[in-house]
Amino acid sequence: MRATRLLRWMAPTLLGVLFLAGWEWAVRAKEVPPFILPGPVLIAETLARDWSSLSVSLLITLQITFAALAVAASLGLLLAVLFAQSRVVEMSLFPYAVILQVTPIVAIAPLIIIWVDDVRAALLICAWIVAFFPILSNTTVGLNSTDRNLEDLFRLYGASRWQVLWRLKLPSAMPYFLAGLRISGGLALIGAIVAEFVAGTGGRASGLAYRILEAGYQLQIPRMFAALVLVSGTGIAIFLALSLLSHLLLRRWHESAQAGEPR
Amino acid sequence: MAKRYATGTLAVEGVDLDIARGDFLALLGPSGCGKSTLLRMIAGLIPASEGRLDFPADAAARRSIGFVFQEPTLMPWASALRNVALPLELAGTPRREAEARAAEMLARVELGGFEHAYPRALSGGMKMRVSIARALVTKPRLLLMDEPFAALDEITRFRLNADLLDLWRAERFTVIFVTHSVFESVFLAERIVVMAPRPGRILRELAVPAADRAVPEFRTSAIYAAHCREVSHALAEAMGGA
Ligand SMILES: Nc1ncnc2c1ncn2[C@@H]1O[C@H](COP(=O)(O)OP(=O)(O)O)[C@@H](O)[C@H]1O
Ligand SMILES: [Mg+2]
Repeated sequence: MRATRLLRWMAPTLLGVLFLAGWEWAVRAKEVPPFILPGPVLIAETLARDWSSLSVSLLITLQITFAALAVAASLGLLLAVLFAQSRVVEMSLFPYAVILQVTPIVAIAPLIIIWVDDVRAALLICAWIVAFFPILSNTTVGLNSTDRNLEDLFRLYGASRWQVLWRLKLPSAMPYFLAGLRISGGLALIGAIVAEFVAGTGGRASGLAYRILEAGYQLQIPRMFAALVLVSGTGIAIFLALSLLSHLLLRRWHESAQAGEPR
Repeated sequence: MAKRYATGTLAVEGVDLDIARGDFLALLGPSGCGKSTLLRMIAGLIPASEGRLDFPADAAARRSIGFVFQEPTLMPWASALRNVALPLELAGTPRREAEARAAEMLARVELGGFEHAYPRALSGGMKMRVSIARALVTKPRLLLMDEPFAALDEITRFRLNADLLDLWRAERFTVIFVTHSVFESVFLAERIVVMAPRPGRILRELAVPAADRAVPEFRTSAIYAAHCREVSHALAEAMGGA
């Protein structure tokens, strides 16, 4: 048990170190110019040197991501509850949620940026559109998969709709909601970055995507990579944080959170 | 009473059953003979297609029902105590009082000390005890049980059988107990109603008088064996359709 847990951390870490070392070695041995491919050491140096400007951009991207995630989570949950209460509402709205989901965000982002004056609001809407669907669909499945016998039991004791929702359906749907949230966390970041790529040339926004674009135009490739590292790191951190949240909330009762580290 | 499902299956037909207050009645029959359907009609969970249910002696019994399913059917996110307190809280009992009564009931089913355990941490037999405590916490007039111990090992089942009898002797609620085990029905019930399938109907009713049950070591006694033989014959008839 201990050995496999150790391996789970050691194996990817070792692979990563090997990869980075190989990369650094190749760049030095072949004398690849930094504007084609900078080595990891140079990227790290750039990240440290430009931290003051990059961290400001990181903060902006994070704000948009989390705002979008919060709106997606609350609206997704609310809509799913509404669906569970009324089949008519579900049947009339669900197709549009699907349409929203399957339309590529790059295709509608320019429109949204034109329609919405405030760039940040536009970015938030784009990130929300991408993040919203997994929460809605997962929670809907969760609300509909309550134990039929428990439902009968609630009926036998004359439970009100509200009691059934609050004491039975919402707790049953919790693991599904959290699984959706975990997916949506990463998607909100992607949505925010993509939207900013579309909007960024306007020069008004200054999140991480804008830094990547800017560095690209100026051929500051190490800086571009540094921003990219920040984006990936943020994505990983969001995923881990949401996994931890899910683990803490479910560990006492749900199979997915059986003793052990969060998955 | 009769029940025809929307699929067209005639699950129960021509059932006419008189149950007195305080009876312990077993519904015995091969699977698919409509035992669950009949029990769910009695509970009011599904409407009868024909006939009706009267509670002439005890009108309050209609709304004073406890139900135990084949699976423990507990809320996995709630502790044993919260699970047992559920029926009281749904009826508007203040949380503190509901929990006090739930704790009392847990002690009655010999689960004192497990109030804060989650279902995942309990064995199959313990989960069933929680389920029984939940059914009894409202002090129901009528306890309906649908093959409650079928999924348990024999040792656990014997203990739960004996404990259920003790509870019944103390409280004298009415019990309708669905089972497909001859031995279980003879051990528990005073009245054994044997059902036959396709369509589900009552074939015969047998009695196990309280006096017979009073013999020491009832489960290993000759009189127990004699009753089992009699019930087995009735069941064979139900299955063979002879
Ligand atoms: N919800 C349902 N819809 C349609 N048919 C059902 C339903 N429930 C049970 N049946 C049918 O009714 C018959 C009796 O089922 P059931 O009451 O569950 O039997 P038992 O509990 O004795 O095993 C079976 O043939 C079964 O297939
Ligand atoms: Mg059944």
